[in-house]
Amino acid sequence: MNPQQEVHPTGCAATARTDKWWLEPFLTGAGFLGFVVYTTWAMLQAGYYWAGSYLSPLYSPLLFVDPNAAGAPPVVHAWFGYWPEWWPSLIPPSPAIFILAGPLSFRLTCYYYRKFYYRAYFATPSACAVAPLPQKDYKGETHLLLFQNLHRYTLYIAIFYIIVLAYDTVVSCFRYGQFGVGVGTLVMAVNVFLLSGYTLGCHAWRHLVGGRLNCFSCPSGQEHPRYKIWKRVTRLNERHMLWAWMSMIWVGFTDFYIRMVSMGVWHDWNTWGN
Amino acid sequence: MAERNFKIWRGDKKGGGFVDYKVELEPGMVVLDAVHRIQARQATDLAVRWNCKAGKCGSCSVEINGKPRLSCMTRLNQFPAGQTITVQPLKTFPVIKDLVTDVSWNYAQNKKIAPFKPGQKGPDGNYRMMQRDIDRVQEFRKCIECYLCQDVCHVLRDQAKKEKFVGPRFMTRLASLEMHPLDTEDRVPKIKEEHGSGLCNITKCCTDVCPEHIHITDNGIIPLKERVVDRYYDPILRLWRPIGSSLKGTSGLWEKIFRKDK
Amino acid sequence: MDISEIQTIEHDVLVVGAGGAGIRAAIECAKQGLNTGMISKSLLGKAHTVMAEGGVAAALGNVDKRDNWKIHFRDTMRGGKFLNQWRMAELHARQAPDRVRELEEWGAVFDRTKDGLISQRNFGGHRYPRLAHVGDRTGLEMIRTLQDFCVHQGIATHMECTALDLFLDNGRVAGLVAYWRETGRFVIFKAKAVIFATGGGGKAWRITSNSWEYSGDGLAMAYRAGAELIDLEFTQFHPTGMVWPPSVRGVLVTEGVRGDGGILLNNKNERFMFKYIPKKFAPETADTEEEASRWLEGKEGARRPPELLTRDEVARSIKKEVEDGRGSPHGGVFLDIASKRSPEFIRKKLPSMYHQFKELAELDITKEPMEVGPTMHYFMGGIRVNSDTQETSVPGLFACGECAGGMHGANRLGGNSLSDLLVFGKLAGEGAGKYIKKLQGTPKLDAGQVNAIIRRATDILNRESGTNPFVVQEDLQDMMQKYVGIIRTADELKKGLEELKRLYQDAGKVKAHASPQYNPGWNAAIDLPNLLITSEAVTRAALTREESRGGHTRADFYFESDEWLKYNVVIRKAKDGNMEVEKVRRDDPPEELKKIAYASLEELEGTKGG
Repeated sequence: MNPQQEVHPTGCAATARTDKWWLEPFLTGAGFLGFVVYTTWAMLQAGYYWAGSYLSPLYSPLLFVDPNAAGAPPVVHAWFGYWPEWWPSLIPPSPAIFILAGPLSFRLTCYYYRKFYYRAYFATPSACAVAPLPQKDYKGETHLLLFQNLHRYTLYIAIFYIIVLAYDTVVSCFRYGQFGVGVGTLVMAVNVFLLSGYTLGCHAWRHLVGGRLNCFSCPSGQEHPRYKIWKRVTRLNERHMLWAWMSMIWVGFTDFYIRMVSMGVWHDWNTWGN
Repeated sequence: MAERNFKIWRGDKKGGGFVDYKVELEPGMVVLDAVHRIQARQATDLAVRWNCKAGKCGSCSVEINGKPRLSCMTRLNQFPAGQTITVQPLKTFPVIKDLVTDVSWNYAQNKKIAPFKPGQKGPDGNYRMMQRDIDRVQEFRKCIECYLCQDVCHVLRDQAKKEKFVGPRFMTRLASLEMHPLDTEDRVPKIKEEHGSGLCNITKCCTDVCPEHIHITDNGIIPLKERVVDRYYDPILRLWRPIGSSLKGTSGLWEKIFRKDK
Repeated sequence: MDISEIQTIEHDVLVVGAGGAGIRAAIECAKQGLNTGMISKSLLGKAHTVMAEGGVAAALGNVDKRDNWKIHFRDTMRGGKFLNQWRMAELHARQAPDRVRELEEWGAVFDRTKDGLISQRNFGGHRYPRLAHVGDRTGLEMIRTLQDFCVHQGIATHMECTALDLFLDNGRVAGLVAYWRETGRFVIFKAKAVIFATGGGGKAWRITSNSWEYSGDGLAMAYRAGAELIDLEFTQFHPTGMVWPPSVRGVLVTEGVRGDGGILLNNKNERFMFKYIPKKFAPETADTEEEASRWLEGKEGARRPPELLTRDEVARSIKKEVEDGRGSPHGGVFLDIASKRSPEFIRKKLPSMYHQFKELAELDITKEPMEVGPTMHYFMGGIRVNSDTQETSVPGLFACGECAGGMHGANRLGGNSLSDLLVFGKLAGEGAGKYIKKLQGTPKLDAGQVNAIIRRATDILNRESGTNPFVVQEDLQDMMQKYVGIIRTADELKKGLEELKRLYQDAGKVKAHASPQYNPGWNAAIDLPNLLITSEAVTRAALTREESRGGHTRADFYFESDEWLKYNVVIRKAKDGNMEVEKVRRDDPPEELKKIAYASLEELEGTKGG
């Protein structure tokens, strides 16, 4: 026997685990970073976010537009008209700048994202039974991170965005006053579908629609209508992680698709014949 | 028959170290069997807790190759042949001897939780509850108190916050009481303050190690966090509550709606 | 040793054992304002109660309105082959419903009927759906409810504290000596009354569903203190325990598998139970596979399949098949539900069995048959108690739960043990309370007795050298498995007694190494004498009863005898220190109970107790 050996290894990321515990935080961390890099790049482009009647989700809702920019829509598509003249020249004139914070705030406070980024980026802890980054006085979500409790408000924002994106998809079917569909319409519709699956499986939503009740049948013994809604949300919630990743990747892809079509790199198959 | 090497931590409060053992293998062996074989022939004073040996009592929790697990449900053939298997006591609780730790802290937490307080019985002397209303509670009540979740929770394991957080086991116990359709007690203030719901950063390791596959985080802790938000952090609800009650003139009603949906 | 140096704790009542019966008794004591202590060998909430799956039997009448306590009583008597203590079976059947409702008031969450009441399920020997349950984890629900309730009742719970022996004052209980597992230090509990709820002694067999704790401590301590043991020849071998892999041999496979359609097959793929239907059950049992399938489909008029005969019948039949060379590869028979039910059905109705086989045997029970064989499961017999107060023949000593005898007669029905521990746990608490009220003067501690108890325990550590206690324990288990099994003969039982003599000597020479702190070798050595007394008592009782009834089968007396129905076998310690066996004539049953037990169902249905 070696005397005075520690029962458990100590120090940052110390563990007795023998498997590849670092793989999951590495992959998720890299995956999300990839998305952030792409979104930032796409935002800074300030162009090629409009193709025919398709609007990139990264640029919607479209508040102001500079119709002279490459791959930008006509001014009628902007909610508040022309790009403001007072805009400082240091900042790229990208309509995405106004709106990306909305969905981002939803994902940032999402219970699933919290799990993954506390693990992947903050190592508190990076994997189970692996020592976390040492902290003198761990405070969890009681202190600096108190804002996480406002997740339900970011949910309201996210629901608003989904309505806007659904509207965009419907509007995209009318090009030159003519009804039609294309691969782009499909891509946009799938985007709305995936985002809805993710958003409506939200933990805060699950609480609000029924989780806050202690009894779904009181006092009459009859089933409360909220029970069925809660059950459905619960079913989505069970796959919240999957919905989160699928919807995030698809948002990026939708932008990429429209960008490629807008730049003329890809051809969009559609009923309008162009 | 084949043999396998084991490294088992031996020692007590004062210290100790790993001791190597060789165990002859039998088909279907679990880690607890190997420990028993060592105990019966090589080291009769090797301390280990166990009872049912079928994953129902939650006594034999240890850390096997660094992972918190029930030793009676961990088969040896899931490890690559020839790999040495390391068995250690739980990290979160102080060692008593060898693989046995002092888990009395958990019993102290349980005592702090306000007990079940049922409402009135029906006129026929029976309580009535619908199955749909107890499904959630029954999930939490599957808990066998193996304390693997308490062991893996970094708040207790690494952050030394035992005095501020009751741990996942007792968050699910609180959830089972708060969501109980007959219960009339209000535990939300204590869940926030004394029981420390805010210290959980939902990294979900408790759920990962649960041998009963209880969705500790999604179904237990997060819903409790949301109830705390209802009461303390939702600005609109905070503003609305006094307005609502003055409008209605019956302070009780809105309290009922927002404080406790019983 | 100067006993003033030993830690001493005083209680009015000390409850030994923290399973369902022990906690229920402690709650009742605390309710009466008594200073109550409870000790348990393991941690709180880990006792055997946790492993009960099927449910708790109580004639609530929630699922079938015709059920009432009288029919429950009648079923219990018939299941126990009329050897039960009549009064105990009556109290049990009358009080079980209130005990179950009380649990609900304490937070238990049983499965519900459509009307929101406690749901009940069918089980072997019960006429109506009677078992309140929570999936297949009822025991866990019960012990957790009791545990969480009891921590707020001001009961002092001493965990991992093992009882060594009682000390008496003038024949009355004065307290008990125990030791802390953690430190190996001794502790003296001074108490006016002691309640034993220590369970059975199934660990004396090799193939058993019992854990290390079930070493007959209560039986042996009571015996040494002068109490009587009753009905110990009746040991229940559960017909279906796992047999493969070796490491899980004996782990229980619930009766629910057969209740839900599982069939038993030998290696010739023959459904052998049809060959073993006893005459008295023939009118109620299907005699063709076709009829058995119709029963499973719920068809009117079809009789129950023979796999659902009582546990003693099924266990014997399996043993016979294996002995005649028609067993499965690992010495059991096949239990097949895969060919009878869909995978979805199996996973939904038997989730823990599905996982148990998947994880421990790497076998998918929705696709393949299980290998099963009989496993030692439960002691019907135990410490002889007064039916109303649960007091033993030693003043101040009470017993309840599995360690008390009499309630179940010769065979226990499934589901009756969980209700037993609630009903008699409470009664034992009340009995102890009444006893203390009447008690004159406080019993005195006798240093001589305490010292002798402690010396027996420390001798094991202080010996220069000696045998390994685990080896002696395994030796005993093999012996009991071989000579005191499911089917017994006088020759084998006598050989068993010879072997026991040798084992007593071996046990007197065991040596535990290292310090007493959390030392399983020492702990096992301390339990050995208790296991031996229990084993001897079972063997002697089995040798005495020359008939076959319920959980006691004699190959040399292969019949039920009306004459033997008049007697109980009682065991006590004689003046010379040897074990004394006596045939004790039973009292005639009260006329009213007799009428109920032998009544037809029509006479009892719907009378709502009364």
